[in-house]
Amino acid sequence: MQVEISPNPAKGDSARSQRVVLLVGTRKGAFIYESDASRGQWRLNGPHFLGSEINHVVLDPRDGETLLMAAKAGHLGPTVFHSADGGNTWKEAERPPAFRKAPEGETGRVVDHVFCLGCGHASQSGQWYAGTSPAGLFRSRDAGRTWEEVGGFNDNLYSKIQHRVESVPDGSILHSIVIDPRDAAHLYVGLSTGGVFESTDGGESWRALNRGVEAYFLPEKEPEFGHDPHLIALHPLRPDRLYQQNHCGVYRLDRPDEVWQRIGLAMPKEIGDIGFPLVLHPRDPDTVWILPMDGTEAWPRVSPGGRPAVYRSRDGGVSWERQDKGLPPEQAWLTVKRQAFGADEGEPVGLYFGTTSGEIWTSLDEGGSWRQLACHLPEIYSVVGAKGR
Amino acid sequence: MRVRIPSPLYSYTGGQAEVLGAGASLGELLRILDARYPGLRFRVIDEQDQVRTHIRFFVNGEPVRSLGQPLSADDEVIIVAALSGG
Repeated sequence: MQVEISPNPAKGDSARSQRVVLLVGTRKGAFIYESDASRGQWRLNGPHFLGSEINHVVLDPRDGETLLMAAKAGHLGPTVFHSADGGNTWKEAERPPAFRKAPEGETGRVVDHVFCLGCGHASQSGQWYAGTSPAGLFRSRDAGRTWEEVGGFNDNLYSKIQHRVESVPDGSILHSIVIDPRDAAHLYVGLSTGGVFESTDGGESWRALNRGVEAYFLPEKEPEFGHDPHLIALHPLRPDRLYQQNHCGVYRLDRPDEVWQRIGLAMPKEIGDIGFPLVLHPRDPDTVWILPMDGTEAWPRVSPGGRPAVYRSRDGGVSWERQDKGLPPEQAWLTVKRQAFGADEGEPVGLYFGTTSGEIWTSLDEGGSWRQLACHLPEIYSVVGAKGR
Repeated sequence: MRVRIPSPLYSYTGGQAEVLGAGASLGELLRILDARYPGLRFRVIDEQDQVRTHIRFFVNGEPVRSLGQPLSADDEVIIVAALSGG
């Protein structure tokens, strides 16, 4: 199947030969869209694993070919599939992420689903991380074939924060895994009702990094952890800069500072700074996009006022501009999950978001205008833009 | 013994809806099946050796939850993937 949208001007033959892929995970399978650099025509490859919940599909930027997919058939256990040929064929992990068996008489944890996959450091070929629900951190050193627990997180840290993390009715999530491009042992993770944690020894030990972040739902005034980040991201060109979309707003942290600044306060009051995803410009650490959701009263988690809009900041969150050209002007109650807004590395950057109602919207001018790329898909869990080989 | 396989597990059994198994208990049967069809056991039994929420086992028509359930060669085991939701 082919989908046509207005292409960008050609950037020369070499640019045209560059493959752009859009990896879409849904409640009922995975869909892979492929295009050249113009991104004018998209070819659909899929669905893959129709009927299975696909939380995340990620392309390894180290080889531009290997794909990993977090999957769970509705009634079977969770697993990870890997593909060495860009998604044409898939193999299941020989040892999927799983907690260790508890000693007799004790209750052990069980992975409900693999929520996110994180590609390892550029220097560590074949290394991947996986975040699960309930919150757990796993590592593969063989490109997703076998997985082991990161004991420093699953045992040491988790036992200290368990009372907070396990209070979430639908299960906690380890949703963000961020690696410092300067240092493979320097990691950040983000957990729902857990917070942000940092490790400088490859995951053996962790410290909370939540100062400055609000957590009005907790009894303590300034808790060390228990905060509710929805997504965290680090800019690869300025690795001391972190952004965070949180249950309580949008934040930025420039290390070595320890205190997050709520940059979402500069958003229009009637829109607010509540949402789930957050996207960084691949070449400009000051440019960030958010997709606000209604976080008032009953937390509808839909486009505020039924008028969907992306907001862009080009100054690190000091100011924000509304970008809604081409999006439905009214009565559009879109919900976009935390992993369902992504960017490619094109020039200009292409943006893509998927909705729980199965629509994919794209902008090929960095948010200036939007077109619908696909509709009638199952509920969209994740949208990842990537550069293929 | 005869083992009936639900359709979500066909990708492991090469499309076979019924296979021949062996073992003195349900747990042993699943270990033998997993050796022949790698990955199958973990899709129905979790890492704490508990039957997954939406999986059911029947032995000669009777529901069974324990991996220690004794089996004999002429038993029929049915694995059911109980669907739920829309």
